[in-house]
Amino acid sequence: MGFLWFWLVAVMIVGYVVLDGFDLGVGVLHLFLVRTEQERQTALRSIGPVWDGNEVWLLAGGGTLYFAFPLLYASAFSGFYLPLMIVLWLLVLRGISLELCNHIDVGVWRALLDGVFGLASALLAVFYGAALANVLRGVPLQDDGYFFLPLWTNFQPGPAPGILDWYTVIGGLVALVALTLHGALWLTIKVSGDLAQRAREIVNPLWVALTALTGVSLLATIHVRPESLNNYSAYPATFVVPSGVVASLLAVYLWNRNAQPVKAFIASSVYLFFMLAGACWGVYPTLLPATTGADHDITLTRAISGPHTLSVGLVWWSFGMLLAVGYTVFVYSRFKGKVDAAASGH
Amino acid sequence: MKSTDLAHSIYRGTGILSRPLRNLRRCDRLKCRRLPLTAEVIHRLHFAFTVTFHYLFPQLTMGLALLIVVFKTLALRTGSEEWERAGRFWGRIFGINFVFGVVTGIPMEFQFGTNWSRFAQLSGGVIGQPLAMEGVFSFFLESAFLGLFLYGQRLISRRMHWFSAFMVFVGSWISGFFIIVTDAWMQHPVAFDRLPDGRYEVLSFWQLLLNPWALFQYAHNMTGAVVTASFVVAATGAFYLLDKRQENFGRIFLKVGVIAGLISTIVIIFPTGDLHGKYVARNQPAAIAAMEGQFKTETGAGIVLVGQPNEETGQIDNPIVVNNVLSFLIYGTTKAEVKGLDQIPRDQWPTALPLLYYAYHIMAGLGTYFVALMLLAAFLLWRGLLHRARWMLWLLLISFPLPYIANTAGWMTAEIGRQPWLIYGLMRTSEGFSHTVSAGNGLFTLIGFMGLYMLLGLLFTVLVYREIDRGPEAKTIDAAVRAN
Repeated sequence: MGFLWFWLVAVMIVGYVVLDGFDLGVGVLHLFLVRTEQERQTALRSIGPVWDGNEVWLLAGGGTLYFAFPLLYASAFSGFYLPLMIVLWLLVLRGISLELCNHIDVGVWRALLDGVFGLASALLAVFYGAALANVLRGVPLQDDGYFFLPLWTNFQPGPAPGILDWYTVIGGLVALVALTLHGALWLTIKVSGDLAQRAREIVNPLWVALTALTGVSLLATIHVRPESLNNYSAYPATFVVPSGVVASLLAVYLWNRNAQPVKAFIASSVYLFFMLAGACWGVYPTLLPATTGADHDITLTRAISGPHTLSVGLVWWSFGMLLAVGYTVFVYSRFKGKVDAAASGH
Repeated sequence: MKSTDLAHSIYRGTGILSRPLRNLRRCDRLKCRRLPLTAEVIHRLHFAFTVTFHYLFPQLTMGLALLIVVFKTLALRTGSEEWERAGRFWGRIFGINFVFGVVTGIPMEFQFGTNWSRFAQLSGGVIGQPLAMEGVFSFFLESAFLGLFLYGQRLISRRMHWFSAFMVFVGSWISGFFIIVTDAWMQHPVAFDRLPDGRYEVLSFWQLLLNPWALFQYAHNMTGAVVTASFVVAATGAFYLLDKRQENFGRIFLKVGVIAGLISTIVIIFPTGDLHGKYVARNQPAAIAAMEGQFKTETGAGIVLVGQPNEETGQIDNPIVVNNVLSFLIYGTTKAEVKGLDQIPRDQWPTALPLLYYAYHIMAGLGTYFVALMLLAAFLLWRGLLHRARWMLWLLLISFPLPYIANTAGWMTAEIGRQPWLIYGLMRTSEGFSHTVSAGNGLFTLIGFMGLYMLLGLLFTVLVYREIDRGPEAKTIDAAVRAN
């Protein structure tokens, strides 16, 4: 049961990153990729009808984490209090600025909202990446399973780390570049003309940066937490995961170059999946490693809810997620194809 | 993990922001030099402030979703362009309101973990479920169909567009249900078991969802949302008529607003308020005694209409009391005894007792005014006199903020009434907050939210007012921008 729920929560997190990831990427890109008002509208329209539904994966995932692993939810959210609050403020700013762009007709305020949207999107990507890196690096868990991290200490991932140290900053940068690339690929599917061409072209430098950062982050992870290789060594078949990272990266580059946008986007999604899966497998069955000694780790068995709770949950969760996937497919299919720049809003 | 262990666990932290405000104790004497802004108080304020601001939006979302279905149904039935435009106008306002509800709602789901971690850890197995269900069932539904409703007008048929509006309504009302189920379990825990480490487990999914408290509270709460929406719609109609513009829409909005207002303002008192109140009285005697200012146990207890509760002396100052009514309302007979606060141990009195009393009386007082106003307005509407009765239009116009206050006061009554319990009878509020998050950090983020929400509030007001000002006739801003 615990194993199953671990993967169900992981699926929701991956789903969120793949879906809202391109919203964030488009948010970053629209600041410097668009040249005209028309293009700006088009870029925003490519995510307009779907961004809110994408964000719901975060909420559904968070709620699922809450009832399936309440200790992890409580410990991690209170321990990561400050960055989590900042993430919440960024989500507020991102949502408001994106949705309200279309309700303002004064140029100055539109520009302000645009800037807020772009900046919030970028910072969210950075914080998400840093958050994952924090989990991999571990936190100073006390006997009762709780901790608290300040925003920074000495920028070293040592025994008394902060949220930001050199390792987690690298994580943040990886996420920023990966999601920006992901967003660019989404644009190549959804828009046409010069904007699509520019999106296709920006993929290349982004790809180079991502490949370099991916390599650096993998090496850094091994350096900071050598135990992350244990599961891989024990089950060598799972080296398929890092291979998958490499293969999907390559696929992104090749398919984008050959003007196959949908395949390139799928490859990018697969890359994100393998990166997250690889991180999970690096710590499993620990959910939140402790820098205060492995006996303080929050493991799956320690955090999991009671069996009755989980069986009750499985029934409605399965039914609900089936519906959710159904709605998602329905909505995306209604809005498929290139964005119609002339279409009206409300 | 026993709750007592958690309560005594040592907080450690590094860095300036994480250093706890040590030595802050509750002040018992006037000589105390420090203001007791303890971590518990800060975390309570943090949740209370963010959820109060958040709920300003969903109440309109849920109520307006219903009214938009009404507009769209009438548009589909009559084929009238006017009803269609009315539906689309309110859809634009709905879209603005909805996104403010979404962004202010996200912090709520995470705040159980950030600020109330000990509570979350122990109760997650139970209430984590309805909260997750809200995300899985209603949020996906709402956002999928809202996207279609707002952006997909050209892509789908009229019937499909009506269906989108209907699904948004269903989604938002399901959302409300799961939140109520969560709160209802905290007020009246059912269908649970306590594991040896102190965690609570749910025993029956259906008993959790069909908690009688949840059913009464849901009926009452949703009616409150319809009250808010009907007042907003009616006020907009009144505004257009008073300003003598877009008067055809003014009339439509008045009609829908007043009829919905009449029904909802009556139903909120009877049967929903009455049934909910009776259930609270039977299950939370301390809450009902404090709400009603019933310091002393009394047979044939009267209802206090006005008066200030004096907690120090245990009396109501300058009271106006109607004899026997309280006994009758709760138990159906004037001979019944109502338990007073004198029979309840002091450490089980709701903390912030005067606030509870005032919240309840403000809610009930406003509720009385609402039904009187709507009865009068409906009568005038029936006689065809409403459009010319400017005094009534003015009353309808300026009354629109009041349901927001009443709904807020109602929630304050529910939450403060439950104190000192976080989970009634099981966990005290003082045992549930995040012990690793210092008062200083909590204060920092509370101030951050206050600032951010102040800006959001201003932005919301400006945007909605502009939409109302432009009215249903105007082209969308989108199209206006493109025309330049």
